[in-house]
Amino acid sequence: MLSRTADSLFWLGRYTERAGNVARGLAATWRMAMLAAPRGTAAEEWRALLVATGCAPGFLAKHGAVTQAKAIHWLTLDADNPSGIAACVEASRRNARAVRTALTVAMWSSINDTWAELRKAGPDAVSGDRLAGFLDWVQARTLLFNGAAADTMLRDEAWQFVRLGTLLERGDNTARLLDARHAAFDPKADPPDPSSWQAALRAVSALRAYQHVFRARLTAERVADLLLLRPELPRSVRACQQRVQGLLETIAGMTGRRGACHDTALAFRNDLASARIEDVLAQGLHGTLTRIIDTNLRLGEEITALYLSGR
Amino acid sequence: MPETNGPTAFDELGAGGELRPAYAGIARYLATAGPEELAAKRQEAEALFRRIGITFAVYTEGGDPERLIPFDVIPRILSRSEWERLSAGLVQRVKALNAFLTDVYGPRRIIQAGLIPADLVLKNEGYRPEMIGFTPPGGVWTHVSGIDLVRTGPDAFYVLEDNCRTPSGVSYMLENREAMLRLFPDLCAAHRIAPVGHYPEELLETLKAVAPASAGPDPTVVVLTPGPFNSAYYEHSFLADEMGVELVEGADLFVEDDTVFMRTTAGPKRVDVIYRRIDDEYLDPEAFRPDSVLGVPGLMRAYRAGRVALANAPGAGVADDKSVYPYVPAMVRFYLGEEPILANVPTYQCEKPEDLAFVLANLDRLVVKLARGSGGYGMLVGPHATPAQREEFAQRIKARPADYIAQPTLALSTVPTVANGGIAPRHVDLRPYILFGREIRVVPGGLTRVALREGSLVVNSSQGGGTKDTWVLEEDPAPPAEGAA
Repeated sequence: MLSRTADSLFWLGRYTERAGNVARGLAATWRMAMLAAPRGTAAEEWRALLVATGCAPGFLAKHGAVTQAKAIHWLTLDADNPSGIAACVEASRRNARAVRTALTVAMWSSINDTWAELRKAGPDAVSGDRLAGFLDWVQARTLLFNGAAADTMLRDEAWQFVRLGTLLERGDNTARLLDARHAAFDPKADPPDPSSWQAALRAVSALRAYQHVFRARLTAERVADLLLLRPELPRSVRACQQRVQGLLETIAGMTGRRGACHDTALAFRNDLASARIEDVLAQGLHGTLTRIIDTNLRLGEEITALYLSGR
Repeated sequence: MPETNGPTAFDELGAGGELRPAYAGIARYLATAGPEELAAKRQEAEALFRRIGITFAVYTEGGDPERLIPFDVIPRILSRSEWERLSAGLVQRVKALNAFLTDVYGPRRIIQAGLIPADLVLKNEGYRPEMIGFTPPGGVWTHVSGIDLVRTGPDAFYVLEDNCRTPSGVSYMLENREAMLRLFPDLCAAHRIAPVGHYPEELLETLKAVAPASAGPDPTVVVLTPGPFNSAYYEHSFLADEMGVELVEGADLFVEDDTVFMRTTAGPKRVDVIYRRIDDEYLDPEAFRPDSVLGVPGLMRAYRAGRVALANAPGAGVADDKSVYPYVPAMVRFYLGEEPILANVPTYQCEKPEDLAFVLANLDRLVVKLARGSGGYGMLVGPHATPAQREEFAQRIKARPADYIAQPTLALSTVPTVANGGIAPRHVDLRPYILFGREIRVVPGGLTRVALREGSLVVNSSQGGGTKDTWVLEEDPAPPAEGAA
């Protein structure tokens, strides 16, 4: 496969996943902000989400002070925000168009229709009571894309690179969204903050999953365990990382080439498999998540160097 | 493009109640389908095209970058016997054009024979001195040609222009047929329509046929595109997809030891045949424009070393130049010893004194164009010009006669088209696609372009023209029964 094609497929997977995850994170924060509004701390919620999604520097440069309306617009429709939903959809379609030949009609349609629909959205599409519906729609569209890919793509190299992008992004997003609320997971936090734990679960659509796994009241330890280390939750950092490592092995088999990214992915996978949540929380969740986010960044660069840049 | 004579145009369905047999089925359908049904079909077609992503980007207009070329749902129909004559004429013409190219980059016999002026060929902007002394594999220069035809009567077809560089539009021919099969299954089933869907296979065979001997039994073919911002990008990706080959950009390729490689996830991979959809000037910054970022440095070295095949061959453009066009019938006679089956539009070359005198005396009846250059720039449409404009143009022609050619205004044929909530005749042309690898093949039909504005003869998609599906019927329809209306 052309390196440029692999690159576009990888970013197609990443941007589509990111659009869905921004929508999830936003929906959870919107809920939290409503609860926080009476206490006057809603802006804190929005600031944390902007930081988690990596959208804070651009926002602050353009808007300065954080307000709910501005944050929502920045994260959804503002094309100036490269990690906002509109820009992610634009980028995923741009990548899809560049590799139209490597996609199935169902995949292309799912992207192209989303893009066409989103172009028609005016500012009122995300205002007031329409926001929740809009965010549901974005998540549904990314699920449709993933379903179209899973159900129609040949299990060839193209599939591996789309999935690699999707899963690398997903694990990274889970780590970032959890990091946005890391303070609530400090064992010494007083009083405990169950609504933040709930929001952390909602941000990755895992509230129900928690109940199915634990059948018990929320605790910081269990929530962090689920989101970070449980292999059965498809959005946990560990589940995503396992699959990233497996995909890289498959790609090495298909292309006959392996490199630094394979070593990084294996070490990362082993670290997560042997980690215990008590230790992670005792040492500080933020530090661990920072290392995870940095490792993901390095892994992305190593994948690019070996497969995507054509060097 | 010549201007209309309006009411005198030949209507392919039949004017004045005389229905032409090939259109009998369509006429029956149109008699029963109301304007609402046609409008609904049209909307359905548009939704279909938008979903599959066929768009024609006209970025310079600043409009919708994903604007669709309008598709008219009423097909244009040719009978088997009409098509066979056209097809034979196209094969003949393409043979002659290729013989001409081999000649002008080789012995130049046609110039020595005095049949075409040396300067016209050798100083032509389409002539590539880099190709002198080089003959592409099999003497094939135009692996894909698009020859634009117009019609003025039942048996009167003319070649309007030849396209020997990178003719586009074939994806519309294919997608239009797919749309018709979906929108009008019963109507399609009621006609025996010659299929066009095998075009991509034929194209791939054509390309493989010219692979260098060193390529081995299964040559690697790629489509080279300038990238997503090119207006025909959809077509490039469509053809690559249909052929199952890689769609590459210049930066995906590199040349080492006069061999072309593409950058892949598995490392460098050798490329044997390049169906290039970028212009000669941009192919190789070492050989042509040094500022080109679309091309591949060293590509021409690899090509001349016989390590890679390029389709179409660089330099093929000299054969489709407007100033060379008047000589194509002479090429047919000179190289093939045959009479041309397809006529040129009569063309007066103002550099010839007798033609100049005729043109100046008949400016009110002629279209005058620059011999070189494209588009409507520097053009006089005699019947529509004022006497003052004609006088001014006459002075320009007299000052530089060699720069101008003139043609009579042609009444292009019309085909029923959905318009203004009803059906109305609109002018059409036809671009068939001719493939030349081991042999010459023409997929039946081609792309019919239609001028959607009443009276307009401008079919170009960049100027509001649309397209139609083109049906070649497998068998000639029986003549209408006696007494039938």
